[in-house]
Amino acid sequence: MIAGLLERNPRFANWLYGFTPPERGTVVLVHRRVYIVPTRLGWLFAATLVILLIGSINYALSLGFALTFLLAGMGLAGMVHTARNLARIAVSVGRAEPVFAGESAQFRLYLDGGPGFDRPAILARHLGAGSQLVVDVPAGGLAEVVLAVPAVRRGWLPLGRVMLETRFPLGLFRAWSYIEPDARCLVYPKPERSTLPPPSAEAAAGALRTQTTGNDDFAGLRGYQPSDSPRHVAWKAVARSDVMLTKQFTGEAAAELWLDWQLLPAHMSPEQRLSRLAGWVLAAERAGAHYGLRLPALEIAPRRGDSHSAACLQALALYQQPAP
Amino acid sequence: MTQAAHPLAPEVRLVGTRDLAWLIGALLIVIAPHTLRAPWWLTLLTLCLFGWRFYYTLNRAPLPSRWLVMGIAAVAILGIWIEYRTIFGRQPGIILLMLFAGLKLLETRSHRDAAVAAFLGYFLIMTNFLYTQSMLTAIVMCAALYTITATLIGFSAPQRPPRANLRTAALLLAHAAPAALALFFLFPRVQGPLWGLPQDAYGGMTGLSETMSPGNLSQLAQSDAIAFRAEFEGDAPPQPQRYWRGPVMWDFDGRTWSIGPTMLADFTPLEGGRGRYRYGVVLEAHNHNWLFALETMATLPQGMRYTADGQLLARFPVRARMRYDLASVVVPAGIDTDEEAAALRRALRIPPGFNLRSVALAVKMRAASSSDGEVMTRAIAFLREGRYIYTLEPPLLGADSVDEFLFDTKSGFCEHFSSAFVFMMRAAGIPARVVTGYQGGELNPVDQIITVRQSDAHAWTEVFLKGRGWIRVDPTAVAVPGRVESGLARAVQAGEPLPLMLRPHLEWLRDMRFQWDALAHKWNVWVLGYNPERQRDLMLLIGIRDADWRSLTATLFTILGLMTLILIAWSLRQLVRPDPVQKAWRTFCGKLAARGVERAPHEGPRDYSARAARALPGARRSILRIAALYIGLRYGSHPSTPAVALLRRLVRELRLT
Repeated sequence: MIAGLLERNPRFANWLYGFTPPERGTVVLVHRRVYIVPTRLGWLFAATLVILLIGSINYALSLGFALTFLLAGMGLAGMVHTARNLARIAVSVGRAEPVFAGESAQFRLYLDGGPGFDRPAILARHLGAGSQLVVDVPAGGLAEVVLAVPAVRRGWLPLGRVMLETRFPLGLFRAWSYIEPDARCLVYPKPERSTLPPPSAEAAAGALRTQTTGNDDFAGLRGYQPSDSPRHVAWKAVARSDVMLTKQFTGEAAAELWLDWQLLPAHMSPEQRLSRLAGWVLAAERAGAHYGLRLPALEIAPRRGDSHSAACLQALALYQQPAP
Repeated sequence: MTQAAHPLAPEVRLVGTRDLAWLIGALLIVIAPHTLRAPWWLTLLTLCLFGWRFYYTLNRAPLPSRWLVMGIAAVAILGIWIEYRTIFGRQPGIILLMLFAGLKLLETRSHRDAAVAAFLGYFLIMTNFLYTQSMLTAIVMCAALYTITATLIGFSAPQRPPRANLRTAALLLAHAAPAALALFFLFPRVQGPLWGLPQDAYGGMTGLSETMSPGNLSQLAQSDAIAFRAEFEGDAPPQPQRYWRGPVMWDFDGRTWSIGPTMLADFTPLEGGRGRYRYGVVLEAHNHNWLFALETMATLPQGMRYTADGQLLARFPVRARMRYDLASVVVPAGIDTDEEAAALRRALRIPPGFNLRSVALAVKMRAASSSDGEVMTRAIAFLREGRYIYTLEPPLLGADSVDEFLFDTKSGFCEHFSSAFVFMMRAAGIPARVVTGYQGGELNPVDQIITVRQSDAHAWTEVFLKGRGWIRVDPTAVAVPGRVESGLARAVQAGEPLPLMLRPHLEWLRDMRFQWDALAHKWNVWVLGYNPERQRDLMLLIGIRDADWRSLTATLFTILGLMTLILIAWSLRQLVRPDPVQKAWRTFCGKLAARGVERAPHEGPRDYSARAARALPGARRSILRIAALYIGLRYGSHPSTPAVALLRRLVRELRLT
């Protein structure tokens, strides 16, 4: 019932949770945002205390009173310690690598507990996706949390609400807090496997060369350059020699392709077209072709390489998407 | 969307080897004192259960089935029943709990089970206090509490090193201490018990009893256990005057003396007299009504009763250590010289047909004397000249116990002397009675408190002389003068088994014990003896009159609330406290800025310090040194505490002229 109420009244929820999503920059869990309730174990502990107290009264055991009260004090201190374990953690977000629709976006959160003390056993759970991870935040260090969120549709995928929870030290109390950092992940359209279109007729004649069959023919190794695609790094050789080397292929100087929205059959829906185009971008990049992308309101000149394919895929992902 | 199992929920987290090792270790500390009291087979069984569970963990084997566990439980319960003929008393109940700790471990899979076992451990700590609440027990149980707490913390953070968990446990207990103190002193105390206690609840208390027969006082006198402690305002009376009056024995059946029916009487406070002492007594529980007061009692403690034969009684059997305050006069100004005829008749009764030789002796003395007083003097002289031996191990006596002691064995303990003397008096027609209690006690030079032990148990007599009333005669003191002058140790013959603490060659041990006793007394009064009355006194001290549970609870909650606030403030302060390195650097920048060298926002520490060193050549070396330290601390991999201290000191001492 309360969940429904909060759903219907987001402003009330914002007031209750103490923040308005999404939160830009580093999110600090101030005390106001940390909630705490006893766990079931906490209630059991309380019941144990009551029995101990009755026993102490009945047998007039002074040390029994001392034990009971020390445990009660410990429960009280444990409550403060549990809240402290979460309080003032600074959460910053890392980069989330773009994914294709249907995959899981991997969001990275960094928990910084400050220099004072370590904060063991902190659970981060994505409320929507249910992915979760327990980390120990060292004193003066960072802990990385990777939360997988399924990417269903292309476009920007916001992280959504994340709960941080802890029961440390005694497990008698559960402290938690909600955060909604301003993190988003680019989701490309789900690529459709299909054969590449023929090199376009309008391509400059000089640039048009027959597609070499051996486009993956291994030609040799050369020194690694930062712009090289990780796919072409000769990892086996690297493992042997500790020197970064890149594989060179013949036929890389291949044909120039235009991946054109207009060339697709008229009966295809926009999403289907985007999927087909995404599949082509991947295939063209794999083939080592120079390719360009043409969308109704956008054109990307033919090039090749990882940054180029990323730009093309981003254009597809954000096609007719509202600006975030 | 499906919710994955909650990874912090204790139900789903399995116990690891380390958790289990800690738990077993903690439980072992708790049950260690119980192993002295439990039957050996049960201790062995519990240890086997612990070991068995640990073996399972090491081999990653599935735990035994529930039926097997229940079978073991049933067999063990049967065993306890055979041992004690019940499973509901205090002792069997505690033994049973100890067994359950082992059984619980055997079915412990998750952290939840383990936490329940840890709570059981807390409970077992309490059961130890049913037997003893000494400081040693308290220390051992503190260790157990600490270990269990560290174990619990380990369950919450399985990846954390145990040393860090121990540190957290210490921090938690330290934070718990103020609240625990407030609760201890302010929680409204109720006088227990709330319901009937098992029959064996007060077993094993030592002390005087309603009867006295040859041998039972000498048995008691071999015990070092403390009977009570007395704290005098001013000086304490000398040893020979310290007769602590206890039960008075009237009825004799030829072998055993007993107290007979109790006659209550109104108490009239005594005025005047010589040697008046005011003192408080902290009496150990002995499960009887009687209290001990120095002869002769001058004031009646509040709420206590008084008997016609001068005993001080509590309304209920003393089952917990208690304190009472009163005054006594060693030499009273005027004694009541009257006595009821019925009482006098009772004080003359002797069983006919026994101890004929003694009767004959008494009749002879009577015939040779002109007054009761002279008979008494003759009897005393008879004992003094009879070369009697005072011994802790008197020979066993038959039916004519008085005859055998007086004429044959001639060795005995105080009960023999007093019994024989009263018998002779009665045989000679003089009313007499036996008084039991304690004589002497040891003055602790550290805190001036007299500790009276069971080894000070004594029996003396009172003789009624017309016109003089009841007069104390201590036949033991007459026959063996050393007993009362210098205590039991000097009076018995060398080579007899004295209580350890009374052995003369262990002087250093005694000195140490004096210190320990002084501490133990404070412990008894302030920790163990803290009861509703003490609570009222304490509240009066801080200005709360007639403290009832409402005002106590209000005070308590105020204090607890304040403490929680202080704790929260502490946790906040620790969180917002800036990094000392950063703080020192800011101070440094401020000092330079005051000399006109302000740091530009884009400037890193290296550039800034170089510029500052050029601008202020007088302090060049200090500036560069501080900057180098700061860079090392801020960006280096291993900041060290001495380096931080050095940086702070250098910044503080930086003088820019």
